[in-house]
Amino acid sequence: MLTASMLLDLLTGVATTVAVSAIAIAAGVPLGLLLALGRSAKMPMLGTACAIYASFVRAVPVVTFVMLIFFGLPALGMSLDPLPAAVIALTLNTTAFNSEIWRAAIVDFPRGQLESARAFGMTGPVSFRRIVFPQIWRASLPSLVNEMTLLIKASPAIAIIGVVDLTRKARQIAATTYEPLPPFLAAAVLYGLALLLLVIAARTLERRLRVRLGRL
Amino acid sequence: MNVRLDVIWHELPQFAIGLGNTVWLCAVSMTLSLVLGGLLMVPLMSRHRVVRGTAQAIVDGGRCVPFLLLTYLVYFALPSLGLTVDKWSAALITLVVYNTAYMAEILRGGWAHLPAGQTDAAHAFGFTGLKLFRRIILPQVLIAVGPVIGNQLIQLIKDSAFLSIITVPELTFAANAVQSYYFVPFESFLFATLLYWALCGGVEWLVHRGEKYASIVRLPRD
Repeated sequence: MLTASMLLDLLTGVATTVAVSAIAIAAGVPLGLLLALGRSAKMPMLGTACAIYASFVRAVPVVTFVMLIFFGLPALGMSLDPLPAAVIALTLNTTAFNSEIWRAAIVDFPRGQLESARAFGMTGPVSFRRIVFPQIWRASLPSLVNEMTLLIKASPAIAIIGVVDLTRKARQIAATTYEPLPPFLAAAVLYGLALLLLVIAARTLERRLRVRLGRL
Repeated sequence: MNVRLDVIWHELPQFAIGLGNTVWLCAVSMTLSLVLGGLLMVPLMSRHRVVRGTAQAIVDGGRCVPFLLLTYLVYFALPSLGLTVDKWSAALITLVVYNTAYMAEILRGGWAHLPAGQTDAAHAFGFTGLKLFRRIILPQVLIAVGPVIGNQLIQLIKDSAFLSIITVPELTFAANAVQSYYFVPFESFLFATLLYWALCGGVEWLVHRGEKYASIVRLPRD
């Protein structure tokens, strides 16, 4: 049986999962945009480096990546506590995926608009801030939210380095009570609720934007 | 620090076994869940609202559960229901159950985008039921969703790394074993991640080849 104290215990795991994911998302979305801009910048070395980073990180399992950061970096002389290592690993991971989303929006951006912006005397940074960005962030929003849900589902990977997130908390409760089913099912429901809330929030935001600013 | 590539070279067989296990686990479970996903597609496209709603709820619910949590459910919670599984069966069950929800949704999406006129035309030519599904719908759906299935296979390969936590000797487990024996964490995990990169790159290449082939056999739409 799932008691109230167990549920409270699980909720501390929820707090860790939400906090770590939220930091990774908050940092990873703008960093992804920077990486995408780095790729589309006309600097040969930078573009290649950004492309290799995105390709490599997207192909690596999050668990393996977390272990590479946590166990591997100290060997290079950079020691990290589990929690910062978890945040860094998830941020670096989601940055790579977000960069692909931003890049797709940048590549799809109509050239004519850029040319008219230049004709109106806008410099590169100004036209990016006033013309490009307000449109690409709306175009990218659904894909970015989709990547956020994927990140939350990959976040149990941080349990392997000892961060007590929702999944590890459920595992601990299962190990102490010898009744694995209730905590695991409760954790599954909590993940489902978290993802549902995120998706509902995103859809509401998209609808409001459509009402206020019209269709894209 | 000095990079100890000699250890990696020396332990190459262990990495090879790990990579081999990752490959066959993912290949077998992908094949199984493609079949199961195809079967699930039928209730998902049903005309009855209750049938369709129930199937959709199961698929959507399944896609909300993180892979590691599902692994724990299968490996630790099934025994409490009287169904003991060893780590290999647990690995396969988890991979198949997890992936089937995604495959069903992918295939459903492919079917939903099929022009309705096709089914009507097939009806007019006397195709019904299973024959209609097998000869008209399924081949086109598979060609249409080929690249998405490739992406899902890459996702599955990456998720399979979680299986190292229940001590399935796949690639990440092998890397962890080598690093803890020789204490070469950086070299070991970096080598494993490079192998994953190559494996996922290989899948992408295959999908690309498949798309080229499909563009030859595909009939013009509409």
